[in-house]
Amino acid sequence: MPATEQPVRPRTKVRQRPGDRIFAGLSTGAGVLILTVLGGVAAFLLIEAWPAIIAPADEIPGGEGLVLYIWPLLFGTLLSAFFALLIAAPLAVSIALFITHYAPRRLSQALGYMIDLLAAIPSIIYGLWGFFVLAPATLGPTTWLTEYLGFIPLFEGPPSATGRTMLVAVMVLAVMILPIISAVVREAFRQTPRLHEEAALAIGATRWEMLRMAVLPFGRSAIIGASMLGLGRALGETMAVAIVLSVSGGVTFNLISSGNPSTIAANIALKFPESTGLDINALIASGLVLFAVTLGVNMLARTIINRRREFSGAN
Amino acid sequence: MAKRIEVKDLDIYYDKFLAVQGVSMTIEPRSVTALIGPSGCGKSTFLRSLNRMHELVPHARVEGTVVMDDQDLYGPNVDPVGVRRQIGMVFQRPNPFPTMSIYDNVAAGLRLNNARISKSDLDALVERSLRAANLWSEVKDRLNKPGSGLSGGQQQRLCIARAIAVQPDVLLMDEPCSALDPISTQAIEDLINELKTEYTIVIVTHNMQQAARVSDTTGFFNLQGVGQPGQLVEIDDTTKIFSTPSNQATEDYISGRFG
Ligand SMILES: Nc1ncnc2c1ncn2[C@@H]1O[C@H](COP(=O)(O)OP(=O)(O)O)[C@@H](O)[C@H]1O
Ligand SMILES: [Mg+2]
Repeated sequence: MPATEQPVRPRTKVRQRPGDRIFAGLSTGAGVLILTVLGGVAAFLLIEAWPAIIAPADEIPGGEGLVLYIWPLLFGTLLSAFFALLIAAPLAVSIALFITHYAPRRLSQALGYMIDLLAAIPSIIYGLWGFFVLAPATLGPTTWLTEYLGFIPLFEGPPSATGRTMLVAVMVLAVMILPIISAVVREAFRQTPRLHEEAALAIGATRWEMLRMAVLPFGRSAIIGASMLGLGRALGETMAVAIVLSVSGGVTFNLISSGNPSTIAANIALKFPESTGLDINALIASGLVLFAVTLGVNMLARTIINRRREFSGAN
Repeated sequence: MAKRIEVKDLDIYYDKFLAVQGVSMTIEPRSVTALIGPSGCGKSTFLRSLNRMHELVPHARVEGTVVMDDQDLYGPNVDPVGVRRQIGMVFQRPNPFPTMSIYDNVAAGLRLNNARISKSDLDALVERSLRAANLWSEVKDRLNKPGSGLSGGQQQRLCIARAIAVQPDVLLMDEPCSALDPISTQAIEDLINELKTEYTIVIVTHNMQQAARVSDTTGFFNLQGVGQPGQLVEIDDTTKIFSTPSNQATEDYISGRFG
């Protein structure tokens, strides 16, 4: 380039096209709306819970204060959601791997549809299924569990006579969150670049080694994200748990006895119709705790995903 | 290390489609064999049939024999995974594992072969492979950074390091420079020249100057027509192919009259 002086142009603003403006407006609006709704919900919960928070202990249901009222519910919520995730996540990942990398095409499509259908079943149906089918079906196995694995606190027993145990609630929740986890993970596995799979195979990886080397790490953030989605659903699941679980309120890891803690969401659903005054405030306070736990879970997932961002393969 | 491959009457199919027909050639150890020819004539297909990557495509198969130092690679009891450990491959687009560090990329194959390998042995082998791929000095201070952060040319050398880390006998390269700039290409070509003292190398290239520069032997693949299988027209010393080829089609192709 010869060093001729470029004529100095006055800096004009880049002309905004109407389409750009509209889109920018819409997306900003949507972002603000989400934050507003979130803030609004938090504010509502806090305001409605406040009377219960400042109330004297003996006016709270149970008569021992808000913390002791909510604690067993929180414990039951976390216990059921945690074990549901523990069962569902590995199963969902295996199903996704099978569908994307092992099953013949026809079978893989059919399986995919079936899993997606599971996601469309309303939770009340799951609740009824748990109550009428799963609960009676666990009676035999739980007796066996106490007898032979009773030394594990989870199976300490004595087994419930109705089968409406934490174990059944956990199993119903696991089945409910399985499809969403599996669907998200499956799409991520599908998108593993062929290039990376071939890279693994070309250095002499078996199929399983290839999956571990290329596919699973590539799907890592999807697995975490999907698990958190599932966990969120399990934490907040109301109807299915309300129907299945026979509640006595104890804080215990014993999954198969009749002494089960309830969960926050199921407790609200069951108690709300007959509550008045401060009782309602206490229920809402428990809802506030659930809200905080769910937010916390999501933030934790974000941190885990971001920590290895540069290795995510997204560049 | 460095073995001879004898290919005889090899027909390569994608299901019912015969993609490559009747290839016979001998690939000499410690030499570079270049495969040239127009697009779609089956160079990649042929290359991938040498380490049994071809059969990863559903219903893909071959007829004929590929023998490496007396071992029939398509013999009834031969495990394709074992074949791929002996015959490494470098692809057209650099494909380091994005979820792994530079170090782990090179170590990946070593860990497969030997899960109990000690840290110090692994360190030594990783360094050796990176040095052999002329990459060590550029990455030795950032071995724990992701491989995907390197430039294209560096990534391709990382892939070469990963391939030679498992000490294969043969190295297959499918247009390894086609996604690279001229300087990175130069670096890879230099590397190929060094590697051929230890490995048998087969390289597919679109670039005839490159074939002339790096190879000892050149094979020319061609198509008789659309929908026809690709065939090996001629294979000979590179100098002969580029000066006095015996086939008219080869002559036309290298003088740029078609393809
Ligand atoms: N995965 C595949 N499935 C079916 N046909 C294929 C596949 N890969 C390549 N082919 C066909 O095989 C022939 C040779 O292709 P290829 O080996 O890629 O040629 P080249 O590498 O020489 O350009 C082409 O006709 C191509 O369409
Ligand atoms: Mg090709």
